Amino acid sequence: MKKIPLLLLFCSLLFSSLSRAQLVIEITNGADQLLPIAVVKFGNEGTEILPDIAQIIESDLKRSGLFDAIPRNVMLSQPTKKENVFYRNWRLLKADYVLIGSTKLLSGDTYEIEFELLNVLAQKNVQNRESIKVRKANFRDAAHYISDKVYELLTGVRGAFSTKILYVTAEGDKASPTFQLQVADADGFNPQVIVESKEPILSPAWSNNGRFISYVMFRDRRPNIFIQELATGKRQRIKSYKGLNGSPSWSPDGKKLALVLSKDDNPEIYVLDIATQKLERITNHYSIDTEPSWEPDGKGIIFTSDRGGNPQIYRVDLVSKSVERVTFEGELNTRARMTPDGRFLVTVQKSNGQYNISLQDMKTGRVQVLTETYLDESPSIAPNGSMVMYATTHNGKGILSVVSVDGLVKYRLPSAAGEVREPSWSPYFK
Amino acid sequence: MSITKLGKIAVVGLSAAWIVGCSTTASETDSSANSAENTESTDQAFGAGEDDSLTSVIIADDAANADENGMSMLDGVETVFYFDFDKSIVRPESREALTKHAQYLVANPDARVVLEGHADERGTREYNMALGERRAKAISRYLTIQGVAASQIESVSFGEEVPLAFGHDDNSWQQNRRVEIRYEK
Repeated sequence: MKKIPLLLLFCSLLFSSLSRAQLVIEITNGADQLLPIAVVKFGNEGTEILPDIAQIIESDLKRSGLFDAIPRNVMLSQPTKKENVFYRNWRLLKADYVLIGSTKLLSGDTYEIEFELLNVLAQKNVQNRESIKVRKANFRDAAHYISDKVYELLTGVRGAFSTKILYVTAEGDKASPTFQLQVADADGFNPQVIVESKEPILSPAWSNNGRFISYVMFRDRRPNIFIQELATGKRQRIKSYKGLNGSPSWSPDGKKLALVLSKDDNPEIYVLDIATQKLERITNHYSIDTEPSWEPDGKGIIFTSDRGGNPQIYRVDLVSKSVERVTFEGELNTRARMTPDGRFLVTVQKSNGQYNISLQDMKTGRVQVLTETYLDESPSIAPNGSMVMYATTHNGKGILSVVSVDGLVKYRLPSAAGEVREPSWSPYFK
Repeated sequence: MSITKLGKIAVVGLSAAWIVGCSTTASETDSSANSAENTESTDQAFGAGEDDSLTSVIIADDAANADENGMSMLDGVETVFYFDFDKSIVRPESREALTKHAQYLVANPDARVVLEGHADERGTREYNMALGERRAKAISRYLTIQGVAASQIESVSFGEEVPLAFGHDDNSWQQNRRVEIRYEK
């Protein structure tokens, strides 16, 4: 029997639990070639009503835009064990794969969940029946774990359903809103408030292993950068300077923080060694240099600069400090993020007066505008490189939206109340 | 105010170069002691901005001289200054009021101001933080050229985080691209 300690750990985190504005998924678009899968309702060997794990898995898979789920109401049977699966029936429903499983109470609030994935045409297991142990409060986590398994088995790409998102909300009176930094599951469920303030909060970011976060919060009407350990809530304020203190970004090894200070008159990129507090200035130009983000290999930092007139993305080599321009299309490009494989650069591009999320192929230079929503900003890439979450404005309200890197899959995460902004997709938790 | 002085200011105000920094000193800004007062005084400043009038209030030189050190010389003087899209150039209509603030600060070397720069919602948030600061520094530079000590001025940016108007249109955006002068007690 396998345990999933990480997921369990996450649920015992010390968050204050103000969870009113849950996010709801709406798929607005989909890919052409979908994998047909039947996610059968999991068996329940007890009498207690349990969360519908199969339902959560099904919406995970659908949200990826790569799967077509066979509706429950057309299923001829709901097998929970392989010996009860009649492959012919599933072939008739045009399902290529069937996921079945069952739940059993072990003791107290701990359950055993078994699941197996079957290939309908080959009439055999894609993977042998697997068993996980989980507390009732963590059923959603268990479902996301199974979704990750299925996704990886069938696409060859690691799933990102068990990841988290950070985002900022502004609620209440618009002239005097309450700002909150929240963390939620990648599907928007289980939102938890990390920090609340009457002064602005912005630029949330994850450390490489997901244990720490950083963000900018105003105090006494001045910006400060904070580092916080998620599990303990322990917080450290980075030494602040006159002027800007912004855009914290964690190095791939988690030891350094790139940030923006204007202590020497105009915004420049600095790198702070967190352990030694040593501060190194990286850029040196009279223009605006801001929005640093590390390359996945840690050798360079990409950032926004208006040194060429309009803001564009540049790259600075951390050894030689030489700077080269990276983006050339569009009226401007800002706040770049790189996919984990270093292949693509995602930016906020302004073209024809519109701000949208664009994707630049770092090999070919080809640029594709991925979104056509309004005032798009703050793109953040899933750790498997498949999806980009970003903030946009819908019906005059700030919401979060997701687009696949091929631009084919789009869905929204509208919130019940207030403005939602600045999503930051977690890495895989280590 | 002499005409030559105005001309000089206009030229510098239109220059895009950044030479003067208001402060280069590092500091721990955990100044929680004065936070309550600050918040109150700033709320008033926001209120002043809402009337959206860009017309300068003209105070006769004679009257100003007669009441050189009093805060009353700033009665009715605009405290919110607006900017063009993606620009940080002090507009001509801002100069008269800014000059009054400069005169007051020169006459009161102990007075301190915080210049709070803001941007509209378009563009990314951290870039707008930089843009808001650039606007605050444009005002700062305008004041220091008229003799205000750099140590009397602090420039802070709120980016697009604290709008005055909440629409998604030109009118709201214009009201939000601003610098507010806040006197610290």
